[in-house]
Amino acid sequence: MSARILNKRQLAPEITLLDVEAPRIQRRWRAGQFIIIRPLEHSERIPLTIVDSCAERQSITMVIQAVGKTTREAVALEPGESLCDLVGPLGEPAEICTGERVLCMAGGVGVAELLPVARAYKEAGNTVVALCGARSDSYRILDEELRACCDELHWATDDGTFGFHGNVVQLLLSLAGPRSFAEGHVIGPIPMMKAAAEATREWGLKLHASLNPIMIDGTGMCGGCRVTVGGQVRFACVDGPCFDAHKVDFDEMTRRTRAYRDLEQIALQHDCRIGLGR
Amino acid sequence: MAAEPPRYKPNPKLPRQALPLLDPDKRRRAADEVALGFSAEQAQAEAMRCLQCRKPVCVEACPLHIDIKRFISRIALGDWQGAHDVISEQSPFPGVCGRVCQHELFCENACVVGKKWDPVAIGSLERFAADHARLRMKELADSYPKPTGKKVALVGSGPASLIAAYDLVRLNYRVTVFEALHQLGGVMAYGIPNFRLPREILHEEIARLQNMGVEFVPDFIVGRTATLEDLFEEGYEAVFIGTGAGLPYLMGIPGENLIGVYTANEFLTRVNLMEAYKFPESPTPVRVGRHTIVVGGGNSAMDAARWAVRLGSDVTILYRRGRAELKARLEEIDHAEEEGVRFEFLAAPVALHGDENGYVREMECIRMELGEPDDSGRRAPVPIPGSEFRIPAETVIAAIGQAPNPTLQKATPQLMTKRGKIVINEWGETSLPHVFAGGDVVRGGSTVILAMKDGRAAARAIHEALSRERQPQEEVKA
Ligand SMILES: Cc1cc2nc3c(=O)[nH]c(=O)nc-3n(C[C@H](O)[C@H](O)[C@H](O)COP(=O)(O)OP(=O)(O)OC[C@H]3O[C@@H](n4cnc5c(N)ncnc54)[C@H](O)[C@@H]3O)c2cc1C
Ligand code: FES
Repeated sequence: MSARILNKRQLAPEITLLDVEAPRIQRRWRAGQFIIIRPLEHSERIPLTIVDSCAERQSITMVIQAVGKTTREAVALEPGESLCDLVGPLGEPAEICTGERVLCMAGGVGVAELLPVARAYKEAGNTVVALCGARSDSYRILDEELRACCDELHWATDDGTFGFHGNVVQLLLSLAGPRSFAEGHVIGPIPMMKAAAEATREWGLKLHASLNPIMIDGTGMCGGCRVTVGGQVRFACVDGPCFDAHKVDFDEMTRRTRAYRDLEQIALQHDCRIGLGR
Repeated sequence: MAAEPPRYKPNPKLPRQALPLLDPDKRRRAADEVALGFSAEQAQAEAMRCLQCRKPVCVEACPLHIDIKRFISRIALGDWQGAHDVISEQSPFPGVCGRVCQHELFCENACVVGKKWDPVAIGSLERFAADHARLRMKELADSYPKPTGKKVALVGSGPASLIAAYDLVRLNYRVTVFEALHQLGGVMAYGIPNFRLPREILHEEIARLQNMGVEFVPDFIVGRTATLEDLFEEGYEAVFIGTGAGLPYLMGIPGENLIGVYTANEFLTRVNLMEAYKFPESPTPVRVGRHTIVVGGGNSAMDAARWAVRLGSDVTILYRRGRAELKARLEEIDHAEEEGVRFEFLAAPVALHGDENGYVREMECIRMELGEPDDSGRRAPVPIPGSEFRIPAETVIAAIGQAPNPTLQKATPQLMTKRGKIVINEWGETSLPHVFAGGDVVRGGSTVILAMKDGRAAARAIHEALSRERQPQEEVKA
């Protein structure tokens, strides 16, 4: 169904928050689940994590980094306009333990996707330590919201303009070690998730990673989203998107997410030629 | 209905009219429909071949029991509209079925003319009647009063649900069809290529239901967006599950996750539903290299192979059995060959090999021979040791079958299933009261017409269940 945009807010350069009307999804979603949208009639279908919801307005929140054609189409829409299609909630909810000291790690737009998981951990009575990474101070997002649900929130910036100077995995290594945490969740760019998994392999930590492979239908119908976890092929859209970070074949996933890089360039050039590009 | 005597003399000895086809060279670069349809003269000539049997076995053989004899007589008399009206008594989808139904297995297989000569081209005549009624579709639908009765929910918008919708709305039920994808039609929208089933035809025939008062809700996954229980709470009094068999089987060989390796579902969804054949005008790409190998022998294999040809690839279909065992529609196999698709029979993939960047480059295969008959009664293919060989492949498409879509079942554990398929009784009812099912989700991969047969049977059972005088349920107060 199409979904009306109620609110739009720029969180950082290229990162936009949208609240959209979606009463059924608002009632049913759990942390870790996602939706698929098609901003315009002829857009691609893209998955987006559900970040938050509001019962009063019967809306859900998504945070979009405008990096490609479809995400740009989405953030170009204004409140009052509608996303052409929105379907969900998709995927399995994140596994949330109780009464533990838990690690939450995210980088880039993943920080927004981490928010509902951090909240769910907190609500389940865990002590939540969040480590978040951004390119630079101006790229830090949802600081206030995270602070409200985390016992500790640490930032790392690539250029050192705020908090720790370096990336989140370096920050993690500076703050913690084996047995610091019982469980954790990591969301972000693949290299960061991979590095987090590598760094904590011997820590006795159960680390969940929210994967973001290429998806089409998001209903388990095409297999395009397949990932290898512990030597087994899984469909991220229905079996995931959260999997044991220590078992995910991140190298394969990296290759598969790059499968259309060259063709995406062709599409962008095409749009420039006919004047659609920005 | 009383049989009308034909007012012309049938002539079964006339040769069966050949369906005009788009030139194979023209097909290779376009998504245009391949089968062009009969001209009026051809249709009339072909209709004259029908014997107008006293006991029309073709009607019996048609799973929808379309009055084939009567609609053909209308065509013979030049009354196209009348022919369409006759078909409409049973089916609102002659444009679809005239193109994709396996007539050779049903009506044309039963056709008495076929005992001695070629059977009457019933499928092409059905299509002819449909193509000449396209302009009347709106008017036809509007002649029905809008439904006011009880609410029935149909899950999935494939052929099973669509025919159930047609039958139920005519019985005055308020019908809602919930579809997971953004487009309606099930496999007919995401699987079957436009060059076999132009989307205007599908959309028009679905729009006819819409105009009759059937409500369609896309982007709605039952089991996720709402549960089965939610639907009953929202006032639906019966639910039909026609969610199809969309879960693709994987080959389970090394290298399957290399770039350029697709399931037929992904490949076809990209090309049909997301219109990747128009890339970069349409934003979803598909990767088709110089050599494409399609693994499998059913309709999906033919469709994927024929699309790959149109996207400029050199295409081979690799099938572990022989030609006689191919499961696709005969016409599709012929058309694939005309378009230059090569067949490699009695061979199966063993492994895929890629380059350092993870792109598939080669398929390693093994020769097979046919051994003893298996469960399906067909001779089982057995690998011949030491017969491995390699072929270049930059695109590999696995079209080796599908299992039922599991989403609804997962969210409804009380629903009885057997190896993923929903179990139903002889009336099409599942283990849950007032929940019915049919089509591929019950049968596994099947055909459009059998899905429709199930949808029709379920509609009848739903009508019986809901029109039965039921004891009003006393609400127990605590
Ligand atoms: C490529 C291909 C070509 C084919 N060619 C032919 C042919 O030429 N002739 C022929 O007779 N048969 C053909 N078939 C087989 C035929 O298409 C199927 O047997 C038929 O479509 C099954 O109909 P159905 O109604 O059971 O389900 P489907 O057509 O599979 O439709 C099911 C629909 O339900 C939706 N759905 C699934 N789960 C949910 C949910 N939880 N909530 C809401 N919606 C849901 C799906 O998205 C889908 O749209 C072909 C199949 C394929 C894959
Ligand atoms: S996106 Fe198609 S199966 Fe997951």
